[in-house]
Amino acid sequence: MPPDSPPAAVPAPDLSTPAPPNLIALFVAFAKMSLAGFGGVLVWARRGIVDQHRWMTADEFNETFALCHFLPGPNIVNLTFVFGSRFRGLAGGIAAFAGLVGPPAVIVTVLAALYQRFGEIDALRRILAGVSCAAIGLLISTVFRMMLPLIKRRDLVGLVVMLAVFAAIGLLRLPLPAVLLVAIPLSIAITYAMRRKGAT
Amino acid sequence: MNSDANPLLALASTFGLMSLFAVGGASTAIPEMHRVAVDVQHWLTDRQFADIYAISQLSPGPNVLIVTLIGYSVAGIAGGLVATLAMCVPTAVLAYYVSRVLRRSSDARWPTLIQAALVPLSIGLLGASGFVLARTSDRTVAAALVTAGAAVLASATRLNPGWLLLAGGCLGFVGLIG
Repeated sequence: MPPDSPPAAVPAPDLSTPAPPNLIALFVAFAKMSLAGFGGVLVWARRGIVDQHRWMTADEFNETFALCHFLPGPNIVNLTFVFGSRFRGLAGGIAAFAGLVGPPAVIVTVLAALYQRFGEIDALRRILAGVSCAAIGLLISTVFRMMLPLIKRRDLVGLVVMLAVFAAIGLLRLPLPAVLLVAIPLSIAITYAMRRKGAT
Repeated sequence: MNSDANPLLALASTFGLMSLFAVGGASTAIPEMHRVAVDVQHWLTDRQFADIYAISQLSPGPNVLIVTLIGYSVAGIAGGLVATLAMCVPTAVLAYYVSRVLRRSSDARWPTLIQAALVPLSIGLLGASGFVLARTSDRTVAAALVTAGAAVLASATRLNPGWLLLAGGCLGFVGLIG
């Protein structure tokens, strides 16, 4: 990496821009993180941005991630774009995004082409079926891990909201926009009311 | 290319809209992807959808790439490109502007409040993703057991997820899943 931003820890005001990464550096760094990230890029993104390149402090990273998590859309894509644009404006955002999505998209497209051609082969079908069963198990364990804090806090309201959304989308198969247009304002109102009650 | 309606336009509008409702990441929109791609548009069969999910999990990169795969199976490489950009660009632009506004104002209260309110929503959506996928994919008792086993192992241990996917593939290959 040519312009390795030197100061190890940038103190509180993050206005200083010590040798920001150039476009190629952004592209390469995000391509590497993305290609390393089987089953989620976030861990690798943190490792690359905070530990390896020191482009952000851990707190800055958490803050940016929190922002991108509460906005809709693919979180890691949002994070990448916001991150890149912070250094190099719009072009930086696009370079980082292209690095994150471009190379794995090529891989996935090749796999898809192979699937279209050989998808009917019995052995391949069986393998994919097995992988998909395991992958769903992984997803369920993620849900479980995310639920734990709610259960530990005995957050009844949160659990009810969670179950209601699950039922509406998973069981009743209602359209997502309709469900969210009701659920989001409701959940925000309840959270706000609970916080006010807690504050007084 | 289809004659009745331009599939690229359909992909762009479907995923452009969906991205704005994907609270908590791309994985939470999987039930909606399944609903649109299988039930409404008939782009894919149940089986193909499950296969596509498996392929997306087998490849490196962000979860959003399942959208690339749906787009590819509808309209080839152009479809993959259009679907991916439609899913990524609107919210990336939104995130870009919001982050600039938030950096200027220091009012950090609303974001944390909204975030707290959205957490149970996104867990519910992710749970629905797991449920919808399990219904398309776990058609036998053995398959359901593999899913349950992977869920327990992944929750209880720090095993690299790649090993579990590999184990699932092997079990499938020897014909245990049917």
